[in-house]
Formats: sequence, C-alpha cells, structure tokens
Amino acid sequence: MSDTTGQTAHANTLDTFPRLLMQHAKTRPNRPAMREKAYGIWQTHSWAEVARNVRAIACGLAELGFKRGDRLAIIGDNRPRLYWSIAACQCLGGIPVLLYQDAVAEEMAYVLQDAEIKFAVVEDQEQVDKMLEIQPDVPLLQHVIYDDARGMRHYTQTLLLGLDELEEMGRIHDRNQSDFLDAEIDKGSSDDISVMLYTSGTTGKPKGVCQTHGAFIAAARGGVQFDNLNEEDDILSYLPMAWVGDHLFSYAQAMVAGFTINCPESGETVMTDLREIGPTYYFAPPRVFENLLTTVMIRMEDAGWFKRKIFHYAMAVARRCGAEILDGKPVASGERLQYWLSNLLVFGPLKNVLGLSRVRVAYTAGAAIGPDLFRFYRSIGINLKQLYGQTETCAYVCLQPDGEIKLDSVGKPAPFVEVKLADNGEILVKGPMLLKAYYKRPDATAESINADGYFLTGDAGFFDQDGHLKIIDRAKDVGRLTSGAMYAPNFIENKLKFFQHVKEAVAFGNGRDSVTAFINIDLEAVGNWAERKGMAYSGYTDLAQMAPVYELIRDCIEKVNAELASDPMMSGSQVTRFLILHKELDADDGELTRTRKVRRNFIAERYAVLIDALYSGNPSQYVETEVKYEDGRTGKIAATLRIEDVKTFAPQAAKSAA
Amino acid sequence: MAREIGEVILDLQNISLRFGGVKALTDISFNVRKHEIRAIIGPNGAGKSSMLNVINGVYHPQEGTIMFHGKPRKDMEPHMAASQGIARTFQNIALFKGMSVLDNIMTGRNLMMKSNFLQHALFLGSARREEIEHRKKVEEVIEFLEIQSIRKTPVGRLPYGLQKRVELARALAAEPSLLLLDEPMAGMNVEEKQDMCRFVLDVNDQFGTTIVLIEHDMGVVMDISDRVVVLDYGKKIGDGVPDEVKNDPAVIEAYLGTSH
Repeated sequence: MSDTTGQTAHANTLDTFPRLLMQHAKTRPNRPAMREKAYGIWQTHSWAEVARNVRAIACGLAELGFKRGDRLAIIGDNRPRLYWSIAACQCLGGIPVLLYQDAVAEEMAYVLQDAEIKFAVVEDQEQVDKMLEIQPDVPLLQHVIYDDARGMRHYTQTLLLGLDELEEMGRIHDRNQSDFLDAEIDKGSSDDISVMLYTSGTTGKPKGVCQTHGAFIAAARGGVQFDNLNEEDDILSYLPMAWVGDHLFSYAQAMVAGFTINCPESGETVMTDLREIGPTYYFAPPRVFENLLTTVMIRMEDAGWFKRKIFHYAMAVARRCGAEILDGKPVASGERLQYWLSNLLVFGPLKNVLGLSRVRVAYTAGAAIGPDLFRFYRSIGINLKQLYGQTETCAYVCLQPDGEIKLDSVGKPAPFVEVKLADNGEILVKGPMLLKAYYKRPDATAESINADGYFLTGDAGFFDQDGHLKIIDRAKDVGRLTSGAMYAPNFIENKLKFFQHVKEAVAFGNGRDSVTAFINIDLEAVGNWAERKGMAYSGYTDLAQMAPVYELIRDCIEKVNAELASDPMMSGSQVTRFLILHKELDADDGELTRTRKVRRNFIAERYAVLIDALYSGNPSQYVETEVKYEDGRTGKIAATLRIEDVKTFAPQAAKSAA
Repeated sequence: MAREIGEVILDLQNISLRFGGVKALTDISFNVRKHEIRAIIGPNGAGKSSMLNVINGVYHPQEGTIMFHGKPRKDMEPHMAASQGIARTFQNIALFKGMSVLDNIMTGRNLMMKSNFLQHALFLGSARREEIEHRKKVEEVIEFLEIQSIRKTPVGRLPYGLQKRVELARALAAEPSLLLLDEPMAGMNVEEKQDMCRFVLDVNDQFGTTIVLIEHDMGVVMDISDRVVVLDYGKKIGDGVPDEVKNDPAVIEAYLGTSH
C-alpha cells in the first residue's frame, strides 16, 4: 500500500482497479461491497459476489469480441451492474466511457462518435431507444447491452443483448478458459487509461479526459488517507456516474478503501434511501444541501408555535457555538450544556430525518456554497467540508482539513498535490492525479499542461495567510468594466444565488459601464412565499413577473450591493438593473451544462434583446423563446418582462474584519 | 406484435338496462377477445359507465345474456367478479385516502388471503408467510408502475395523476385476467396521459391482461385500442377497429352533431 505515486507497474502490486477488486474479494470476501434496493428490500452484494459478477461480465464482453484498448460506453443511473461493467471493462484493458444518463440522444451521439464506441452498456429501455435513434450516426456501434429487460421483449434488433445473457455467456467462457481473465488482468499497468470522462462543455464541444489507473488510485488513496476512510464506511451513490466526483467517491475510493456503495432505488427515492442507509461518508453539490435546508425551513414555518420556538432557540445556540464545538475549540461549559440539550431536542432528530445522523465526513464541491448554508450544517454537527478539483485532476486538488474550516476557502492542497498561482492569478496544479491527455486532442492537451508539467485550471484564486486557497472566478471570465474596475461575474452570481429565493443568476458587465443581471426565481421557495401572502399565480412565468416578487428579489440584490460596496475590489460591480426571466434556465435548452453551470455566452446570445433592454433603460421588454420539452417536442414561451433599477451604495473604506 | 389476440372471453348479447322508466342501455351486443384492448367511447350520458358496471356485476341488466369464459352468468355480484379475475378502477378515484399507497395496493390482494382474521391478528406463521408473499407481489406492481418513491405516502396527499396510478396498481395487485378502466386518463395533463398510456400498454403486453377501458380522449383511444365500441343514448352506434370507427358517419354525427 506504500505505492502512492502509481508509477510502477508490477503485476503483484495493487496498482490497477481490477487488482484492487480481486484483492478485496480475497481478503474480505464477505464484507458488503454494494447494496441496492430491489422490491423494497435492501439486497447486499459481497466483494466475492461482485468479483464473480465482474468476471462474468468481462468474459462475456471478451466473448463478444471486446479487445484491449476498446472503449465501452456506460450510460445509466447508479446501478450496481453498471459499476461492475466499469471494472469488467478495465479487467480486459478496455476504457470505460461514462455518459450522463439524462443527456438527449444527439449529445450522446457526439460522444459516441468522438470516442469511437463499438460497445455500450446501458441501463434500460429509455437508453436503448436513444442508442437506436442515433445508430445511423454512429456506424461503429456494434453491441448495445441493457441491464433492465423491462419493456425489451419486442426489440428484435441484432445489436441488442441483455446483460443477463451476457453474464451467462461470460460464465461459460470463464469455465472453458479459466485462466483467460487472470492473464488479462495481469497485463494491465497503472499507466493504462482507466476511464474517460467527458468535460461538461462549458466552452465548446465536450472533451474526453483520459485518466490512468495510477492517477485515480493516487487521488483515491490521498483522500482515503486524509479522512481515515475504511471498510466500515457507507456511501450513497446517487450523483451521475459520468461525473468525476462520483467516479472518485463511489468507484476509486471504494476500491481503495473497501467501503460499501449503496445504490438508491430510483432518482425520486434518494431522500428515503439516504435515511434508511444513513451513510457515514456523503457527498452532495451545494444545490442538494440548499434544497434540504429549504425544505426544512419551509416545514418549520408550517409547524406549531411551540416547535418553532424550540427550533429557533436551538438554531441560535448552534450559531453561537456549534461550529466551534465541531472544530474542537474551547467553548464555555454553559454553552456546551445548551448545545447538548439542543442536540437532543432538535439537531439529533433533524439529522435523523435528513439521513445524516451517521455522517463522519461530508463534502461539497462543484459550485460555491453559501456561507450561511455551510455554517448551518457545520453548526448542527455535520462535518461538512469543501474540496476543489476538476475532471482533469480526478476532482482532487484541495481539501479542507478537519478542524481548519474556513467558510470561503476550499482548503489546503491535498496529499501529493502541488499548487501554485500564475501571474494573472490562475491556479496551476501538479501531481500524480493529472490527466494523461484529452482523447484525440493533442492540441488541447498541450494547451492545458504547461512546459513544467502544471495543469492550467482556468480558475483564478489566491492563498490566504494560512495557506488556504480561495477561488474567485474562472480566470477567463474575470473582466473589466469601462471604468477599469475588476468584474468577476461568478462572484456576483454566487452571492445572489445564496438567497433561497434566487435559483440562478446571470450577470453581465464586461466592457460595459455597469453590471446588470438576469434572475431565475426558485419556484418552490417563492411559490411558498406567495402562497403565504395569498397571491394567486398560474405558473413560473406568471409568478416571475409579479410586482411583489420583483420587490422581493430587489431586496436580495440590494443586500448583495451593500456587501460588494464594502469590498474595494468589487464596489464597482454592484448590480444596477435586473430582470426576472420568463422561463427557468434549462440544460435541455442548452442554457446550463449537465452539471447545471450557467453557459453565459450562449445565454447572452439567446437573450441579446433582453441585454440590450437592460442597458437601454427600457422599463419592459417583450421576448419570445423556444423551449424543448422532455419528450423532444418544442414549444414557445412569450412574455413581456419588467426591468427594474436597484439601489447601489457608495464604496466604503475596507472594514477590517478583526 | 408478439401479443396474440385470442378467442372471445366476454360476450354480451342484447343487453338492456333500465332504471325505472329510464333506459340506460338498449339492446347492446359486443364481445371482448383475450389479450385485446377494447375501448368503449361515447358522449356524456351515453351509458359507458353503466356498461362497465354491467360487466362488473354492479348492475344487473333486465334483458340479455353475458357469457364469460364460455359460461353464461346471471345476477353476479362485484365480489364474485373479482374472484373470477375481473378488476377495475373508478372514474372518481375510490382509494382509502388516509392509508399509505402500499396498504391501498395490499387491499387488492385481499381476496387471495387465506388465513383468517385471528391468524392475522396474532401474525402466526402461516399468516406471516402469506403476508410476505403478498407483499412481494405488491412490490412487483410498485416497481412496474414506478411508484417506489411514494410507497409510504398517504394517498390523500398525492396529486391526482398519481392517485390514478395507485388505483391501477391496486387493480393489478389482484392479478386480473380482465381489467376494467373507467376513464383512466380523465383530468390528466399531457405528460401524465402519456405515462398512463405506456402503463396500460405495458400491462397488456407484459401480463397479457385483457383490458376494457372507457376514455374521452380520442387521441388516446385511437392510439392504444385494438377495437372500439361507440355508444350514444344507450345504443350501440359503432363497433370496429379505430380507423373504421373514426370514419363512421354515425359516430361523427354523435360527436360533432349535424347541421340542420
């Protein structure tokens, strides 16, 4: 286990995922490796069982003609057999290519073409239909293997095969040539590409990031060591498998530490499953934590006055001393007693309802998390931490160490990782977890890794006095106003998004004299607020254009402006005018990436007429937008949008926060 | 299509039903074949639900014969229909609002429970085994209709479209050979309707269940049914495959009216 660089490639060391898997099957055959809920009951698969199934799938693939270096597309929700297919593919020296399961067919077609996919393992009929739809554009595709046979009885296409049949083929193959697979596993090297993950494509077409076994194992070992993860831990795997975070947490780290992966029953049951499993290790993007908190707050507002009183008392206690107690800092014994009582009455039951009672380590990343939100979870005793990384670095650059949590930093460089800043503030990183290359894109690879071997993250940031890294924005998004003042749109948008009523915000201002913004309201939060006020509305578009809602949002923006005014660097970026969009920004319309990041340039083009109106001083603007429904049909939403001014504040001298 | 439409399993001959002086159904004859999806359509008050109630044994027609699986039947009660493999859903949802989805669907298995009340109350071995077996079947239905996430939710808290789905689940839990659906898509939005259509087709396809349904949405009816009966003022005015019925002048008149 001392091999952390992942550079050596002996057949006997645990430097590839198949070897790790076989090792677990040998040393802890009966420990649970995976759980899934079938027919309402959690079913456990031991490591031995997983290894047997992976063997069967691998041999089945070999029987179909899958060769070393071939790419296997894997598309679907977090199903055990899809995770096994990753391992099976790696056993044969193939490269799994993970795709976002909610992508529409044409997006998939691009990746399948780019990665020259011949074999695909997909979850169910829905994904099979997509494969069949794009088959003419992907002539190389020879085999589509499906996990769930439901609804597949009448499909006669010859390229389709059930995973059950594939496993059966594999078992026969394995019986006849029992040393075949072990020999294949022995051929593997830590320098082989273990997986290809596509970047979300905020800029241009998605690129396939090739990561080696060595890179992912190094990243996983670093993380496991950093947080003392072991085989007793439980994780709920519910985030898209194609996302680097899930691959690190639910695959690489599980393979390294030997902990248990729990697959939810379906996308809608995640909250129930979370509560039933009670994971000890949990990952969620800020949006999930935010939704949880919003739900709790809404339900508390509807509770009786006595419960509300207890809740607010406990929250006040938590705010005073919760985070300090978690960090192990000295706290007066009176406060400790009150915290203990609050924990008994409020935090304990609350954590239990949220399914977070057993959580030892929870991480969030992917977007900035609001300080209030972050503090809330820490103060009720959940060890929530932030990390920083990207697909190209196996989601592994900086981690917040226990006991050294700062709300606005992403922590210190992780084990084996070297971080430095370029002159323009761009963050550069180096370490064993760096990508090997972008698939078939030597130009892009050369562009992103400099001569000294540092990867250019494209993010701008700085280190504070304690060596914690702070991220401000994408380096290329940082622009200037005509006054010359610095303008960091993400910084402003994130501040806006921290309000529960604001779901998305898009700021404009580069090369202009002032900053303006598009707002998406949060339908659930604002809808509830409207209901309590007795306002009737028919849907998002209607609610968004109501005068009281504009007032509500203007209050939020003014608060952000006041904050910005106190920062000498940012005081020029106060939002002067805004409008609330008539539709929710949607990945299906290309306005967000699949990881729900705003695609600013696309939005600026699509709604150019609205931006013009923001800067021309019009009080309202008519707009018509084409939208795509889930079933692929298109429709139109038209509305006349109000545009309103916001109060700005005079820049203040920097208040030192001593 | 792999699904084979088989012999006639339900044959209704010259059915007339009166409530006092009001004629609800007059001299109606049609049949239902095994594995088919048979739609009954017609304007409001045409007698569609009455027809379903006749099949189901709720109403007893004054005239006519009903042959089910080749045997004539007379004066059948609804519970007898249920034990013969006929299950149904209702136009205005008839679920236990305060009970969970799971418990509601469990009631669909009621007729198949063999242990008695006392055994159940004490949860004895046999009752326990039976409960587990029925629960398994119910879980299969829950998965089939994709309602895992609302398993423990009280039905009263669910939106209308989902309640309809739960009702279908309860009917399916009885493992019927003939399923009667009374306006399964009424009051649903486009997406819910599409889902429901898919489930109806899947049930028909996967379990081979024969389905008789009443529906107002012509698009739905023409898309999913094998044959359609058209009623108007208690009389049959059309019968045949969807294309025939759609172009039948009598049907067009009943639906759109004629110019005078």
